[in-house]
Amino acid sequence: MRVLKEICRQPTALFGLAVVLIVILMAIAAPLIAPFNPDEQMFDGLTLEGAPMPPGSQFLLGTDTLGRDLFSRMLFGARTSLIIGLVANGIAVAIGLFVGITAGYMRGWAGNLLMRFTDLMMAFPALLLAIVLAALLKPSLWIVAMVIALVNWVQVARIVYTETRGLVERDFILAERSLGAGHGRILLLHILPHLVPTAIVWGTLGIATTVLLEATLSFLGIGVQPPNPSWGNIIFESQSYFQAAPWLVFFPGAVILLTALAFNLVGDALRDILDPTQRGRG
Amino acid sequence: MLSVLAKRLVQSALILFGVAAITFVLLYALPADPARMLAGRSATAQTVANIRHELGLDQPLLVQFMHYIGGLVQGDLGRSYAQKTEVITLIFARLPATLTLMAAGILIEVIIGVTLGTLAALNRGRFIDRAVMTTAFVGVSAPQFVVALLLLYVFAATLGWFPMSGYGTLSHVVLPAATLGILGAGWYARMVRSAVVDVLNQDYVRTARAKGLSQRRIILRHVLPNAVLPIIAMIGIDIGQFMGGVVVVEAVYGWPGIGQLAWQAIQQVDIPIIMGVTLTSALAIIIGNLIADFLAPVIDPRIRSN
Repeated sequence: MRVLKEICRQPTALFGLAVVLIVILMAIAAPLIAPFNPDEQMFDGLTLEGAPMPPGSQFLLGTDTLGRDLFSRMLFGARTSLIIGLVANGIAVAIGLFVGITAGYMRGWAGNLLMRFTDLMMAFPALLLAIVLAALLKPSLWIVAMVIALVNWVQVARIVYTETRGLVERDFILAERSLGAGHGRILLLHILPHLVPTAIVWGTLGIATTVLLEATLSFLGIGVQPPNPSWGNIIFESQSYFQAAPWLVFFPGAVILLTALAFNLVGDALRDILDPTQRGRG
Repeated sequence: MLSVLAKRLVQSALILFGVAAITFVLLYALPADPARMLAGRSATAQTVANIRHELGLDQPLLVQFMHYIGGLVQGDLGRSYAQKTEVITLIFARLPATLTLMAAGILIEVIIGVTLGTLAALNRGRFIDRAVMTTAFVGVSAPQFVVALLLLYVFAATLGWFPMSGYGTLSHVVLPAATLGILGAGWYARMVRSAVVDVLNQDYVRTARAKGLSQRRIILRHVLPNAVLPIIAMIGIDIGQFMGGVVVVEAVYGWPGIGQLAWQAIQQVDIPIIMGVTLTSALAIIIGNLIADFLAPVIDPRIRSN
């Protein structure tokens, strides 16, 4: 409740929250809102010369090179983006939490090894790795999600590690330990709850990164495969045509930007609200 | 200092080895078959087997890996499957194009980022601050390929100020560098703003103000030099980011750098090139971090004395 109130006080965060809700609504209600079947190639969807129709009263945002309704495709594309955003980023945050907590809590060689591995992953060119994996595996929605999760967990792991290291040193953990609490109890009841704000913030900010990465992979033709609509592959399919039909690039492009921006704004606001040490700064 | 350097160099070599090992195993485990790719669709099983043998792909993973590492320590990245040329030669041929793009991109990032970040910090809490920070957010949220296509559409296709694609003259570099620069500037603006805000709260800035220095002089002489460290660190990170991240921009603008080399190699399952570019990018990330770490004490005497 407090969080919601604070968000409503910041105009940019409120804007972000509104856009996030609209995108979620678009994704859930896509079949109800969409004026046409997103995969149907319509006879009247192309001009007499066979070019895509510009935005107008019949086709709100115009049609694509195959005569499909762009607005309907973008509504269903919201599903793709959100599913990948939630699944890929959820996995990334889960891996990051697991690695970060384990490495931060366990001293000795096991913790060290995990952190060295994380350092190693930091030296990996993430985008290149994602492109290589996505291109050489048979692309599908779930493969794309996995690939994104595989490159995105590293940052979360680093942050969680630092926080866990700080928490382990605190007196209340020492007190708990001297009362005879086991590792499981300390981790679940005392360490994990303190990391919830971090998980929420990165869970939100990470969706922005994920949406952008999915769009990029799909734009290169190695992400979500047509005819399944995704904002990235709509642009991929029509980029050679973009001088004649720029709306095919710019409507989906604008939606990708707005969605990523919205999740970034909300995530940033959450970071300020949930992290008391940041309050009053900046 | 020297022992620190030696330790960091050993660490870097280990990280590079790790990146090589992981990439090698990943590429080996992926279902794509370079021999079949090279042989073409109509090739017989015998032809494919011959090619596989020729490339040494029929040997066990460990043998292949030892062979690769053996070459790597001598600076040999192997031979491209498709182009039959030394990978190191191919990479060196493409490197100048990517480095040019990188330098121009970072220059634009720093100019825009430092200007906007300082402006926001000096007007903290006011409208300009909020406007700049929101713009910075838009920058970091914008998909690279959309911005690239937008700039192409407006400045090349419609206005005709710059060529659509290609490489060679200054006008070719403007749009791709601007794409990288405009997007990256958002990060710089945010970071410079917080660095400048920190410096502005320092006593020596108050002293400078108290003795009547002009605002301009305070900013140029006292504030910016003290806010320069995070910028250096950021550039260090960027050097690495750019190497692995230019695939998209180079693809859109037809820029003949290592991103394009990688992209072509990925489509042909040309594993030695993919390995080579991945290692080059990892090396760039490591070097970038090293530069940032070792430049810091050179620039800031306070770090040197500690």
